[in-house]
Amino acid sequence: MSPLEWLASVCFILGCSLNLIAAIGALRFPDLLARMHAATKPQVLGLILTMAGLAASLGSSQLTWKLLIVVLFQFMTAPVSAHMVGRSGYRTGKVRDEDLVVDELTEDLRRVQQADTQPPTS
Amino acid sequence: MSPIVLWVGGLMLAAAALLIVVRIERGPSMLDRTIGLDMLVSVVVAALALWSGATGRTDLVNVLVVLTLVGFVGSVTLARFVAVEPEDEGRILTPEEVRAHDDRMRAAIAKESKRRVGGREDAMRRAYPEDEDPR
Amino acid sequence: MAERVRFWNRWPMVLWLAGVWVLLWGDVTVANVLAGLVLGCLLVMAMPMPKAGFEGRPWLPGIVNLVVRFLGDVVMASVQIAKKALSPGRPPRGAVIRVQLRSQSDLFLTVTAQLCSLVPGSIVVEAHRLAGLLYIHVFDVSDSGGIDGAREHSLEIEKRVLYAFATDAAIEAAGLPPRKRLLRRRRSTEVTS
Repeated sequence: MSPLEWLASVCFILGCSLNLIAAIGALRFPDLLARMHAATKPQVLGLILTMAGLAASLGSSQLTWKLLIVVLFQFMTAPVSAHMVGRSGYRTGKVRDEDLVVDELTEDLRRVQQADTQPPTS
Repeated sequence: MSPIVLWVGGLMLAAAALLIVVRIERGPSMLDRTIGLDMLVSVVVAALALWSGATGRTDLVNVLVVLTLVGFVGSVTLARFVAVEPEDEGRILTPEEVRAHDDRMRAAIAKESKRRVGGREDAMRRAYPEDEDPR
Repeated sequence: MAERVRFWNRWPMVLWLAGVWVLLWGDVTVANVLAGLVLGCLLVMAMPMPKAGFEGRPWLPGIVNLVVRFLGDVVMASVQIAKKALSPGRPPRGAVIRVQLRSQSDLFLTVTAQLCSLVPGSIVVEAHRLAGLLYIHVFDVSDSGGIDGAREHSLEIEKRVLYAFATDAAIEAAGLPPRKRLLRRRRSTEVTS
């Protein structure tokens, strides 16, 4: 095998094993946000690795640009969905307080609510 | 690329997909399933890349472009419209529960339509007050 | 509603769309470039976007630093989470931390939030545009060096973003040392070490 083929094989195997580990994590982790952390792994590093492997095994510069665009698109869209899911999970109370070491968002929200309900004393 | 890589990678991806499907079935909430579907998309992307690298099919690259570009739309839509759902709502019902549910609904509709004609929607609303939007 | 930008001032968007078009077709020919430009103009006219307000100065060493360190962060964080997914026992406890960003710009807030979300192990749960606040969920507090360590890390990402794209005035307003001094210091440490 040529060095390029070795590189492609290693990238593919690493990318696929990241997918598998992320799936194990998603199955094992106890709460919503921890599962989300597991899900971002194949979406970012796994995608970079598999696209690098594909670029190395196809070996045409024309397609390498296209694969770069695939990674770029994923980088623009993946945080959007992660943020939306995390936010609505937080807002609908899927995040349990006892799982967190500190929760400064809930503290701040409570403070804002108090400021809204109590008229300023000055 | 040697067929060993294709087999090893393919088996790993298949196992990953299986585990994700288990997670989607378990839930417990709609958002967990959304995450599972997102991960399933990334498994499909990896599988397509593997197949394209093994067979040299370059047309699959276009599929990759489209998948990564629109893969997030579904989860954003779901996350946007997930309201406060009751704790029990996200579970898949057992056959007995489905039957009980149907019976309850049929009884409510029959009772209501005896009282007045065309009251199907009202009957459903009365039988399931918790279905109304809590906001 | 933000003010709309005039058509002629939106040429960067047209260039970006044409670039994507050419990359999708895969080769640079006259026909591809022209078709991309025409399509870009049509899209920009058909769907005008509110002004994002990019005022900045891209700086190549800063951009290289941002990209390289980002990739390093991604690899490190992926390995850490993979270890946690495979090791037996109860997974670690997370935290939601408040991060007060230094810059006031919407654009740098967005880029920082995007990069924070892309690194496994931190997700932006909520963002306050006006106050410049990000609320970040950290997967494992002890791995990120405690709550303060995680906060420092997000601020570090913002610093790299600012050095890569912001104007000198914006960097000064954020309370960071100017770029020239940064370069000089780095070179002197390289010489001495």
